[in-house]
This record gives sequence, C-alpha cells and structure tokens, in this order.
Amino acid sequence: MSTERIPVMDDTAVRRAVARMAREIVEKVGGTQDLAVMGIHRRGIQIAHLLRSEIESAEAVHIPSGSIDISLYRDDLEAIGPRPIVGGSELPPSGIDGKTIVLVDDVQHTGRTARAALNELMDWGRPDRILLCVLVDRGGRELPIQPDIVGRNVEVLENHQSVEVLVPELDGRLGVDLVITYPEAS
Amino acid sequence: MNQTAPALGKDLIGLEPLSREQILAILDTAEPFKEISERRIKKVPVLRGKTIVNLFFEASTRTRVSFEFAENRLSADTVNIAAAQSSVSKGETLVDTARNLEAMRIDMVVMRHGSSGAARFLAERIPSNVVNAGDGSHEHPTQGLLDMLTIRDHMGRIEGLKVCIVGDVLHSRVARSNIFGLLKLGAQVAVCGPPTLVPRNVCSLGVEVFTRVEDAIQWADVLNILRLQLERMEAGYVPSLREYNRIWGISRARLEKAPGDILVLHPGPMNRGVEIDSDVADGPQSVILNQVTNGVAVRMAVLYLLAGGQPERAEAAKQGGEA
Repeated sequence: MSTERIPVMDDTAVRRAVARMAREIVEKVGGTQDLAVMGIHRRGIQIAHLLRSEIESAEAVHIPSGSIDISLYRDDLEAIGPRPIVGGSELPPSGIDGKTIVLVDDVQHTGRTARAALNELMDWGRPDRILLCVLVDRGGRELPIQPDIVGRNVEVLENHQSVEVLVPELDGRLGVDLVITYPEAS
Repeated sequence: MNQTAPALGKDLIGLEPLSREQILAILDTAEPFKEISERRIKKVPVLRGKTIVNLFFEASTRTRVSFEFAENRLSADTVNIAAAQSSVSKGETLVDTARNLEAMRIDMVVMRHGSSGAARFLAERIPSNVVNAGDGSHEHPTQGLLDMLTIRDHMGRIEGLKVCIVGDVLHSRVARSNIFGLLKLGAQVAVCGPPTLVPRNVCSLGVEVFTRVEDAIQWADVLNILRLQLERMEAGYVPSLREYNRIWGISRARLEKAPGDILVLHPGPMNRGVEIDSDVADGPQSVILNQVTNGVAVRMAVLYLLAGGQPERAEAAKQGGEA
C-alpha cells in the first residue's frame, strides 16, 4: 500500500482562513462578551490557540480558553480494543456557565467527535451558546451535526482519501494535506 | 490515529506481574481522572452499561467505598456483596458464588478475600475482569498504585527515591504491592519493623532491612507506615501496643531528627498513638488524605483500562471454565 500527500493549504492559507474565521465568530456573536474558546484534543487545541490569538489581537481583548479530551465520551470504546490514552480536559478559568463557547476541532468528518464534545460540555455546565468551528470540513457526516464556521471545505473520497491537519507543535509545520491511499497493484 | 495505552490484560491481580510501562500507564491514566472528581457532575459515561460486583469477603469500608465511587463516576452499575450476608455463609464455594453472578451477566468483579491467591483463583475461572482489592497477605495492587501516585504527586518522581515501609511487613499485602511497584519504578525500598513482623527472607525481594526506626528515618525520603493489627498483639508478635509505640511508633520528635522533610503515608485505618502519633498524622508532612483522594482516581484508571478489554482472553477463560 502506498500513500501520496497533496498539500491543500500551506501555512499562509491556514493563517488567512483562521483570520477570516475569527472575524466570522466575532460578527456572529456580536462581540467578544462572555466568549471562550475550547479546542478538542489534540490538533483542535492548536487551531483554537491560533483562533484565540487572532480574536485577541483584532479586538484587543483577553479571551479565556480551555481544552477538551473526548476519550471518555467516545461511542466506539467497545469496538476499538486497547484503550486510548486519556488526555486532560481543562475548563476555561471563568467556567462555561452562561458563556458562548467556541468549540474548535481540526477536521470535521462523521460528527461523532463533536457529539462527544457537546455531551462533555453539557456535563460540565450550561453554556449560553456553543459554536462549532472547524478548519476543514471533509464531509461524510454520520450524525446531523454541522459546523457553524468552516475554514475550508475539502472533497474527500471515502475509503481512499483522508485529510490531515498539521500543526507546528506536533508535526513541525502548519498546513493541511490530502492523503491518498493506493491499494497494492495486483 | 489515537495513541493507545499498553493493555493490562483481563485482570489486575497484583503489581508483581506488571511491567514498568503498565504501571506507568495506570498512574498516567489516573491523572486526568482526578479532575472528574472535581466537576459539578462527577460522572463520565465511559463504563455505561457495565455491571460491576464488589465482592467483599473481608470487612472494608475505605477500599469498598473508594471502588464504588470510582465505578459510579465512570457510570457503571454496581452491586455490593458482603460475604457475611451472602450465601457464602451458607457454605457456597467461591467459584459457585462467582458463577452465579456470571449467570446474571456481569462484566467485572472487584474482590477482597482473606486468602492469598483467591483473586488469581477466581480470575482463572470466570470470563469477567477481576480486580484484586486485597487477598490475604498477597497483594493489594490498587493501594500500591495510589501510594505511588501520591508519592509522585508530592516528590515529582519515584525513580531514585528512598521509601521505607514501617511496621507489620509480614502480614501486609500493602507492603508487598508497594515493594513490587516501587522497585519496578526505580525507587530504593527498605522495610523496618519488629523482627517478629519482618519476613526473614525479605532481602531476596531486593529491599533493605532496618532494625531501628531511627536509622530508617535517617535514610528515607518517604515513610509508608503500616497499620498494626491489634490481633497481632494477641498472637504474641508484639508484647504490648504501648511498647510498640515506644520503639516503632512514628512521632514528631523522631521525624524531626531526619536530615530533610520526610513524606508520611499510611494506608489506613490508623491506630493513632500506636504506629503513628496524631501530630504526625495531622502534620504538614502527612499526605494520608491525599492518598484517599488519589485512591478513587487510580481505581477509575484501573477499571477504565481493564474494561477496554481483551475479548479473546475473556473468551479463553470462558472455554476453560466450562471444560
């Protein structure tokens, strides 16, 4: 089996998309009052960090942030066998009650991660509003959960293709790749 | 893809058979679980639909309640069976008790039993996951794990630390689990207690032996003080509780002679004024209540990792059990 990587977005393209998403968030919410940004473990956290810095520098405010690890809320724990390592979840210092939470993930696919994150947030408290914000929407939804703000829509053929978001902290660079898997020629 | 933790296998019988990586996986998994107990809704749905039986053939409040909290906070359904009220008192064997529970479709058994080896005996005969909550003087793995987590919390590491276990080492499953676990994580371990209560060949496990508690205090970074069970006095292991306290008891005066601050652990329940004085138990070096808090997180980690399961091994046990 061989794979091929096709760059979809480079560093600049991601930063431009994030800048636009930041403006969309502020516009949609009508300001930055009671706003908090929460990234979904792992690459959602880095994208959330970029979005937050963007909002902070554009609006000259401080935005509280947190992170969320959905391992304990997955719906496929029975099926996947060995247990995923549980990362920590961290509430924004101001809590989430009465806040507008911007929930950030790198890629939206089936919608199951977002479902798990929503359930976890509800167990933590009662936000006024939750916005789902993803850098890439690759389609393939299995649940009726759509993002509010999208960086880029990428058409992906199920089974042979996937989308990977790369972040400097984990992958050495910022970008989005389309990964194509070719079955062994017979 | 998602990183996965090293599998523990079907059961947790003791720390002796575990690898360093498996022990670290449990301690690392316990870290995020600590936070769940601080939430307003102290519950995550990870063991939803799992049925866990807490089968306690020996009286225990702390360990049973700690397991129960851990199970509840992971959303498992639990049943408690205390042997005195069960059909065990009518002469039913351990395996029959367990098979009857299995027939009601359970997923896990947490067992405390007075006989060393009971946990393994059960684990080999039923397909459910078995967690040893203390078997005779063999092991009490979750206590060893919570002790290590508490030491790591306060000292920042385990490797290279000097830990001395003080008291009735001979009858102590807590001591054995501590020795196996701490050595695997690279600590130096010593034991100290009356010669009648220290196993003769304990050196073969790789631990030092101190005959005077003053020497142990000079050496150690951490003291894990064991409970002196009162029936030991009746059995003639120690002449009197007052004499035990005078020679082996950990007092403030003794601790003050240490070259540095010593961390003080005790698995509970404490006999104040026997193995530990109140000014030590309630003093700034004591992390005894932190141990209790960590106990819930460690047990959540163990249940979570075991429930991830190895269906094929459970299958094998089922076949073996029917053969």
